[in-house]
Amino acid sequence: MDLSAVAFYVFSILIIGSAAIMVFAKNIVHSAFALMFTLAGVAAFYALLYAGFVAVTQLLVYVGGILVLILFGVMLTTRGYFEKVRTRTVALLPSSIFVAIIGALLIAVFVTTEWSKMPLEDGQVTMTGLGELLLTDFMLPFQVTGVLLLLAIIGAVLMASRARYPQQRPHPDNPGHPEGDPKGPQEPGQDPQQSADGDKGSG
Amino acid sequence: MVLPEWFAEPGLNHFLVVSAVLFSLGLLAVITRRNIIMVLMGIELILNSANLNFVAFSRYGLLSLEGHMIALFVIIIAAAEAAVALAIVLNIYNRFGSVDVEQISELKE
Repeated sequence: MDLSAVAFYVFSILIIGSAAIMVFAKNIVHSAFALMFTLAGVAAFYALLYAGFVAVTQLLVYVGGILVLILFGVMLTTRGYFEKVRTRTVALLPSSIFVAIIGALLIAVFVTTEWSKMPLEDGQVTMTGLGELLLTDFMLPFQVTGVLLLLAIIGAVLMASRARYPQQRPHPDNPGHPEGDPKGPQEPGQDPQQSADGDKGSG
Repeated sequence: MVLPEWFAEPGLNHFLVVSAVLFSLGLLAVITRRNIIMVLMGIELILNSANLNFVAFSRYGLLSLEGHMIALFVIIIAAAEAAVALAIVLNIYNRFGSVDVEQISELKE
């Protein structure tokens, strides 16, 4: 057993264990941190597979970007303290059986198929090849991805920072009055209807 | 050392099995958890398992550097998806006061 085999087994235990913690943890913040270990372990797998650039991109984008974004989402969608950040699970037993069947089928297919294999060559520098591919064969997807990222940024900023709706969910302490913009142009005759709408929205 | 043959040296099948387990756990998170953010995390897990397959096939199979390129594009699209999805989650939270997927059943209030 050489070093890469030891590294493989250590990181596979890390990945599967922390993914299981992520799925079954009651507290969603614990799930997010377990997801961090899973993503870092997958980055280590990429490094084991001689995909250094993909490993670094995984660390930068997933662990540095997406995970922080998810943590911000957790913090912005909870009221109060982190002890209350608990989530429900439904139908755990039947869906576990279903997922176990699917996983067993996948593993059976993976193990029994005769994949056409290339003769192994030792690690080579992939950066040069990736750069050349990016500017020749993958030129169009590269440019389209840039446009897509721009659209995603603009769309996310627009959706997240849009002005609040005038009649929103009612304030929990004072259900009769929706916490809207008090300075808004409200006609006196229009007011009962607006609070009625707010009441309807609370259910 | 008496080790079984398949245990000694990690090959293509080892990586594929890990990715299948990762996919199953992500699917379990998507099905059972009721918080939207947990569902998003499950989707990230599924995307990671697909990426692991691509990179493993580009190391051991006939998919050469194209596998790395596809993995990179999947990472980029996952980043865009996470940003847009979390903006939608914030809007849903402002509108409904909850991020439970079973309580969000109306398009319009």
